[in-house]
Amino acid sequence: MSGRIEKCFAGLKEQGRAALVTFVTAGDPDYETSLKIIQGLPKAGADIIEFGMPFTDPMADGPAIQAAGLRALRAGQTMKKTLKLVKAFRAGDKETPVVLMGYYNPIYVYGVEKFLTDAKVAGVDGLIVVDLPPEEDDELCLPAMKMDINFIRLATPTTDDNRAPVVFKNTSGFVYYVSVLGITGTKAPDLKSVQKNVNRLRRHTKLPIAVGFGVKSAEQARAITRSADGVVVGSALVSAVGNSLTKAGKPTSKTVKAVHSLVSEIASGVRS
Amino acid sequence: MTKPLVNSFRTGPDEKGLFGIYGGRFVAETLMPLILELEQAYKDAKADPSFQAELDSFLEHYVGRPSPLYFAERLTEHLGGAKIYFKRDELNHTGAHKINNVMGQILLARRMGKKRIIAETGAGQHGVATATACARFGLECIVYMGEVDIERQKPNVFRMKLLGAEVVPALSGSRTLKDALNEALRDWVANVEDTFYCIGTVAGPHPYPEMVRDFQSIIGVETRRQMQAREGRLPDSLVAAIGGGSNAMGLFHPFLDDASVEIIGVEAAGLGLRTKKHAASITGGRPGILHGNRTYLLMDDDGQITEGHSISAGLDYPGIGPEHSWLHDMKRVEYVSATDKEALEAFQLCCKLEGIIPALEPSHALAHVMKIAPTKPKDHLMVMNMCGRGDKDIFTVADILGVTL
Ligand SMILES: Cc1ncc(COP(=O)(O)O)c(C=O)c1O
Repeated sequence: MSGRIEKCFAGLKEQGRAALVTFVTAGDPDYETSLKIIQGLPKAGADIIEFGMPFTDPMADGPAIQAAGLRALRAGQTMKKTLKLVKAFRAGDKETPVVLMGYYNPIYVYGVEKFLTDAKVAGVDGLIVVDLPPEEDDELCLPAMKMDINFIRLATPTTDDNRAPVVFKNTSGFVYYVSVLGITGTKAPDLKSVQKNVNRLRRHTKLPIAVGFGVKSAEQARAITRSADGVVVGSALVSAVGNSLTKAGKPTSKTVKAVHSLVSEIASGVRS
Repeated sequence: MTKPLVNSFRTGPDEKGLFGIYGGRFVAETLMPLILELEQAYKDAKADPSFQAELDSFLEHYVGRPSPLYFAERLTEHLGGAKIYFKRDELNHTGAHKINNVMGQILLARRMGKKRIIAETGAGQHGVATATACARFGLECIVYMGEVDIERQKPNVFRMKLLGAEVVPALSGSRTLKDALNEALRDWVANVEDTFYCIGTVAGPHPYPEMVRDFQSIIGVETRRQMQAREGRLPDSLVAAIGGGSNAMGLFHPFLDDASVEIIGVEAAGLGLRTKKHAASITGGRPGILHGNRTYLLMDDDGQITEGHSISAGLDYPGIGPEHSWLHDMKRVEYVSATDKEALEAFQLCCKLEGIIPALEPSHALAHVMKIAPTKPKDHLMVMNMCGRGDKDIFTVADILGVTL
C-alpha cells in the first residue's frame, strides 16, 4: 500500500487538525528499546513517524541528535537493522506513515537500488535526505519517485521566491519547513516569521507544510499548527531518551515511557 | 605513458561541480543559495582583472611570493639519483602554502561584503593563515579545531589567539579535522547572512574544490617558470603530500597535460596500511559522500566515516579533494603513502642535510622522494613541494624522540 502520507494528511484535514510528526533515531539507545518506542508512538499521538538513520557526521544536526546517532551506532545499529525495525513496526501498523531521515552516504554505500527496494518492502513511505538538494536529484530523488516513495524536501528561511520552485519541483508527500537558520534543537522558532514564511511558501506548493526544528512544547506546537499542516518534534524526544539512560548509556524502565509521555503532551497541543 | 583517456585533464569541473563522478554539491538546503551565490561571485571575480591584480599584489608584498625553487644539493648527493628541487612554500608568511588560498578567499569575502569569517583547521596552519588575513583586513575570525588537534598543535592555537581569532574546540566525533569541518558547516548554516566560510583545502561542495585549486595553482605556475629558467625544461616528476590535497593540487594542476611529467601524491599511512590507523583515503578507502562532495573516503561497510590517523595533524582527514579522486581513477596521478615512521626519518634527514626543518606534512612527500630518487638517473628533475615549515611540529617530534623540552 502506498500513498499513506497523502491519506494521513487528507484524513486529518477532515478532522480539522494538523499532523504531529515525531522524530526518533533508529536503534537509540538499542534495537529492542527503539522498537518499543516506535511501536507506541501512534497511540501516544504521533501521526507520522520520522526515523533517523544514524550517521557519524550529521552536519545539520545539533548535539542532541548527534548524540542519539552515536548511541545507536555504539549499540550496533546498521542500515540493515534500521530497515528491519521499520518492517517490525509495519507488521503491527499498516496505517501510520514512516519516513526515513538522514544523510546520503550510508544509503549510497548500501546501494541506491537495493536501498529503495528494501525500503519499499519494509514499508517505508518517504525519505528525507539532508545533504541531497534538488541539484542532486538524479542520485536518489528521481529513482525514489519511480518506486512510489515520497521524497520530502526541506525548505528553509533561505528558500526565497526564486529558489522555492526549484526546491518543490520533485518534492512529494509533504514539505518540511525548517523554522530556524541553524542546526536541529538549538534555537526556538520565531512564530511570527514561521507564519509569514509558511504563507509565502504556500504560493509555491499545494503540498502540506510541516514545520520543525526547535519545537519542544505543546504550546509551541499549538501555535505552529495555526499556520502549518503539521509540526515536527525531534530533538526534544531524543533528549528524553538520553536523559532517561543510566550513566553507562543503558535504557531504564523510564526510557520508553519518557518518550511516549512527551509525545502525548505535545499531541494535546496539536489536538486542542 | 599510455594514451590518455581524455583530451585535457585541466578542464574540470563541469557546471554541476563534477570531476567525472566526484565532487558535486551535497549540502543542506539552507546552504544551497549561499553556495550558488559564492559560485557566481567567484566567477565574477575571476573575470575581473582588478581582483587578480589585487591578489597578485598581496601575494608579492604580504605573502612573499614567488617562493624559491631550491636545488637540494646535499640531499641529491645523499640519495645519489634524481636531481631534487624543493618548491619552498614553507617560506611564505605564516609558514605554509595555506595563505595562498586564504588571501584569495578573503579578498573574495571582502568583495561579497562578508564581515564574519569562519574556518576549520587541523594542523592549525590554515587557521593561522585565516586569522592572519582577518587581522590584516579587520574581519571577525572564528576557527574550529578538533579538541585533539588543539592539544597537539598548541603553538598554532596561541598564534591564532594573538592574531585576534576565536578558536572554538570541536568536541564531537573524533575531535579532529573532520569534526572541525562539521562544526564549521553547522556554524555556517546558523549564520548564513553575514558569514563567509573559508575552506582550507580542495574539498567541500562546488565551487570550493575548483576555487581553492585555482588559488593554490600559483605554486605550479611558478614552478614551471622557475624550472624553465633554471634547467631550460619541464621537471620529470612532482611529489607532494596529501591531506585534503590543496598543496598537491596547486603544484600538480598546471602540469596535468604535460604527459612527460610523472605526478605522485603521498598520503599518510600512519602506523601502516594494514592497521586501521592511517589516513590514506585513496589507497585504503572507497567512494562516498561527505562534507559536500563525492570522493574517496575512509569508512566502514555501513557507510560510517572512520577516523584518520597520522602523526601529522594536517594529514589525518578521512577524505581527499574530489579532483584527486578523479585523477586517480583516470590514472593521471599516482597515489602512494608514507608511514609515520618514514616521515619522521625524512624530517630528521632534511634538518641535518639541508638546514630546513620541514613540517610533518611535506615530510611524507620527502619520505617518498627518499624511496624513489635513488632509482632515477642523475638528469631526472624531481620537484617536491616543501609546503610548510616544522616549527609547529617540534613538540610532537620531541615527544616521540623522548626529549623533554
Ligand atoms: C604544511 C601543511 N601541508 C599540508 C597540509 C595538508 O593539506 P593539503 O593536503 O590541503 O595541502 C597541511 C594542513 O594543515 C599543512 O599545514
